[in-house]
Amino acid sequence: MMDGKDLKHVNEDMRKLLARAAFGRGDFEDLFVVPVFAVVAALVLGAVIMLATGVDLPTIGQSFVALAVGSFGSLNAVSETLTAAIPLVLAGLGLGLGFRAGLFNIGAEGQLLLGGTAAVIFTFSFPSLPFPVLMIFGLLAGALVGAAYASIAGILKATTGAHEVISTIMLNLISFRLLEYILRQPYIQREGRSDPISKSVPEAGQLPRLLDWFDPNLRLHAGVFVMLLAVVFVWWLLFRSKIGFAFRASGANPDAARYAGMRSGLVIVAAMATAGALAGLAGASQVQGVLGRASPGFSAQMGFDAIALALLGRSHPVGILFAGILFGGLEAGGRQMQVDAGVSIDLIGIIQALIIVFIAAPLLVRAIFPWGFRKETKGGKA
Amino acid sequence: MDVELRGITKRFGAVVANDNVNMVIRGGEVLGLLGENGAGKSTMMNILSGLYSPDEGEILIDGKPVSFDGPGDGIAAGIGMVHQHFMLVPVFTVAENVVLGVEPTKRLGYLDLKKARAQVDEINKKYGLHVPADALIEDLPVGIQQRVEILKVLFREADVLILDEPTAVLTPQEVEDFFSIVRSLKEAGKAIVFITHKLHEILAISDRINVLRQGRITGEGVPESLDEAKLAEMMVGRPVSFTVDKTEANPGRAMLEMTDVIMLDDADERLLDKVSLTVHSGEVVGVAGVQGNGQTELVEAITGLERVASGKIIFDGEDITHASVRERHSRGMAHIPEDRHRDGMISTFTIAENMVLNSYYEPAFARGMAIDWASVQKTAAKYCVDFDVRTPSVFLPAGNLSGGNQQKMVVARELERQTKLVIASQPTRGLDVGSIEYIHARLIEARDEGDGVLIVSSELDEIMGLADRILVMFDGRIVAEFDNTGGKADRNAVGLAMAGAHEGAAA
Ligand SMILES: Nc1ncnc2c1ncn2[C@@H]1O[C@H](COP(=O)(O)OP(=O)(O)OP(=O)(O)O)[C@@H](O)[C@H]1O
Ligand SMILES: [Mg+2]
Repeated sequence: MMDGKDLKHVNEDMRKLLARAAFGRGDFEDLFVVPVFAVVAALVLGAVIMLATGVDLPTIGQSFVALAVGSFGSLNAVSETLTAAIPLVLAGLGLGLGFRAGLFNIGAEGQLLLGGTAAVIFTFSFPSLPFPVLMIFGLLAGALVGAAYASIAGILKATTGAHEVISTIMLNLISFRLLEYILRQPYIQREGRSDPISKSVPEAGQLPRLLDWFDPNLRLHAGVFVMLLAVVFVWWLLFRSKIGFAFRASGANPDAARYAGMRSGLVIVAAMATAGALAGLAGASQVQGVLGRASPGFSAQMGFDAIALALLGRSHPVGILFAGILFGGLEAGGRQMQVDAGVSIDLIGIIQALIIVFIAAPLLVRAIFPWGFRKETKGGKA
Repeated sequence: MDVELRGITKRFGAVVANDNVNMVIRGGEVLGLLGENGAGKSTMMNILSGLYSPDEGEILIDGKPVSFDGPGDGIAAGIGMVHQHFMLVPVFTVAENVVLGVEPTKRLGYLDLKKARAQVDEINKKYGLHVPADALIEDLPVGIQQRVEILKVLFREADVLILDEPTAVLTPQEVEDFFSIVRSLKEAGKAIVFITHKLHEILAISDRINVLRQGRITGEGVPESLDEAKLAEMMVGRPVSFTVDKTEANPGRAMLEMTDVIMLDDADERLLDKVSLTVHSGEVVGVAGVQGNGQTELVEAITGLERVASGKIIFDGEDITHASVRERHSRGMAHIPEDRHRDGMISTFTIAENMVLNSYYEPAFARGMAIDWASVQKTAAKYCVDFDVRTPSVFLPAGNLSGGNQQKMVVARELERQTKLVIASQPTRGLDVGSIEYIHARLIEARDEGDGVLIVSSELDEIMGLADRILVMFDGRIVAEFDNTGGKADRNAVGLAMAGAHEGAAA
C-alpha cells in the first residue's frame, strides 16, 4: 500500500490527517444547546411549581426579576455570585476528574468539611506566620487533609474492591460526627462558647477581599484566583499529562487500560486523592475567604451540589466553571428572591435538581425542544 | 418481500460513505456483499435497517417508497439487522433477550415469559437453530450467541435479514452450522444480505454478489461466473496474492521460553496445563486449535494480563514470570489483542490517542509529566499512512472508523514500534484481502528483522501460510508440533490434532 507512493505524497497524506476537523454541530449541541435548554426548562417548570403552590402570577414574575437582578444585576450581585461559585467549582473539579476516571465519588462533602477544618486549625495554630505564607499553608493543609480523607475510599477500592459510592457515603457520615467532636476539643473550640464552633482564622491566614476598597460590603475574595488556577490545572492534568491520560483511559474502558499496562490501583488512589485535595481546597477557601471559622455543617451541602455541577459541566473543567457560576448565581439570586418576593429559597434547590434531571436525560430535552437539534440517528458500528 | 435501494448517498462530514448506490434484495435469495474496509458496507446496511437516514436516495419495499425514522421503523417494516458486535444482555436468559423491547405481557403488564419461551421454541424448531431458551447468554459460546441475535430478528418477524460479518468470530464448524441455518431461512422465503471478507464463504452461500468500493458498486455477478481472484481484484482494484511471500526462516536465539506454565481458573481447574514452548528470534510460530482450548489464556500468560500459578516465562534471557504488563511491553513485546473492542482500543478516544495507548509515557511521546501531543499526532498520522488506516483525520474518535480500519489502527500501533517479540492474536480478523496481504507481509518483515513472532489464529489457512513451526493446542495443552518450513506441514494431520486425536503424542 505504501508502494508507488513517493515521499512527497506521504507527506501530503500526513498533512491532511493532521488537519483539525471543524467544531462539529454535534459537539455544539452536546456542549451548549442541551445545557441551555435544560436550564430554560427547569426555570419554566419552577414557575409551574410556584403556580401550583398558589403563588400568583405577578409574584412569580417578580421573583424571576429578583433572581436575575440578584445574580448578575449589580456589582454586588456579581460579587456574591462569584463568591458562591468558588467552593462549588473547586469541589466540582475534583468530582469531574473522578467521573472521568470512572469513579463516582460522593464524598466531596466530608472531604470539604475536614479540609476546611484543617485549614482553620492550621492558621490559628501559627498566628505568628506572616500574611501570604500563612494563607497559602492554610490552603495546603486543607488540600492535604482532603486528599488523605478521600484516599481512604481509594485505597479500600484498590485493595478490596469496596465500591466508592458506599465507602464515600460512609466517610461522609463519619466526617459529620468527627467534626462535632473536633470542634468541642478545648484547643480548638472558641473560648467562652459551649456550642461546637472553632477559633477564628487570623487576619494573616485569610484570603484577602478584592473589592473592599470600592465598597466594604463586596465579599469577593482571592479564592477566585485559586479557582481559576485550579480550572487550568485540572484541564492540564486531564488532557495534557500522562497520569490524566491514564485517568481517562481507565474511566472510558478499564479493560483497554489494563491491556495498555496502566495500573488500576494506582489510578484509583491517585484520582481519589486529587479529587479530595480539590474538595479540601474548596473547604479551606470557604473558611479562609468567607466564614473565618469552622462550625458543624459549614459546608451547606456544597459537596453534594458539586456533584450536580460536575454533571452539568460534563466533567470538563471549563464546563464546570460555567456551571459553577450558574449555580453561584442561582444561590445569590435565590437569596434576593426570598427577600423581594417572599418565595422560599427551597425553590432554588428544586430548580437545581430539575436542571440535573434534564441534563441527565438529553433525550427528554431533545423531545421538548425538537427545533434546537439537527435530526440525526446515531448508531453502533461494525 | 423485495427491497430496492435507489441512489443512496450518505456522508459523514467530508467522507462519502455511500455514493449513489443502487441495490436490489429479493426474497428467497442470499445477496453477498463484499468490499474493502471502509467501503461503506455497514453504513449501507445501517441505512437499510433504519439506523441511519440517507442524505439522498430512497428505499422501496415491494415497489412502494418508505422512510424510516430509527431502527424501530425498519423492523416494523420487516427489516432486521444482526450487528457484528452483539447487543445482548449477558445476565439475561435467551428468551428474555429475545423478547426484550417487545415483551409479551399478560394483564397489568406482567411479563409472560412462558409465552415467550414457547415462541422462541417454535422459531427454534422452524429454522433448526437449536438454541436453549433458558440458558444465560454469558454461559453460551459465541456461535450460539449469534444465533440468539438471529432469533431476535426472526422473533420480530423480519423478512429481510442483514448479517454484518457474522462469520468473523465463528469456528469453521460453526460456520457450517451457520450456513445451514441461512439455507433454511432462504427456503422459508426470507431475503438475506450477508457481509463477509472471506471470499470462499461468499462464493459458497450467495445467489448474487455485489462488490462495493469507495462507496460505490464496482462489481456484480453470480458465484458461478466468479472466483476468488476475480472478486479480490474487483474489490481492491489490483490483483491480490493469497499466498504469503516469504523466505525460509533463520531462527536465532530463544526470544520466548515458557516452561511448565500452569494457569488456574477460579475453581482451580487448569486453563493452561504445563505448557512449554519456545519462540526463536527470526521465526514465526503459529498456535492452531479450536477456539477455547487455552489460546486466550496462553496469550494472557505471556503478556502478563493474568497471573500464572506456576512455571517460568523467559523473555530474551530475562525471567518475566512476574513482570507487569508495562514492563514486558517496554522490554519490546508487542501484543495484538484478540478482542480489539474490549482490549485494544478506546472508541471514544481519538485515533491519535489510541495510537499511543500503551506507549504514551515513553520518551518519544512524553516531556516530563506531560504528553507531547504534537509528536503523538505526527506519529499517528504516519502510522495511518503506513497501514492505510482510512480516515480523514487523526483527531476523530476511533469508534468512527470502519471495523477493519479499527483493526489496522491496533496492528499499526503494535508493529510500528521497535520490538523483539510479537504476540499476535487473530491479527487479521475483520480485514479485507488487501489488508491481510499487507499485514502478513509486515509480520514476516518483523520476523526477518530478528523478532520472534507468535501467531494465534482460528484461521488454519492463516497459520499454514505464515508459520514456520505450528503448535496445536487442545484442552489447555500443547498436543502436537509440526515443522512447516516451505509449507510442508500436513494440513490433515494438523486438523486431526486440533480435534484432539493426538492426545498423548505431545511434542
Ligand atoms: N459514525 C461515523 N462517523 C464518521 N464516519 C463514519 C461513521 N461511520 C462510518 N464512517 C466512515 O464511513 C466509511 C464507511 O464505513 P463502513 O463502516 O460502512 O465500512 P465497511 O465497509 O463496513 O468496512 P469494514 O469492512 O472495515 O467494516 C468509513 O470511511 C468510515 O470511516
Ligand atoms: Mg463494517
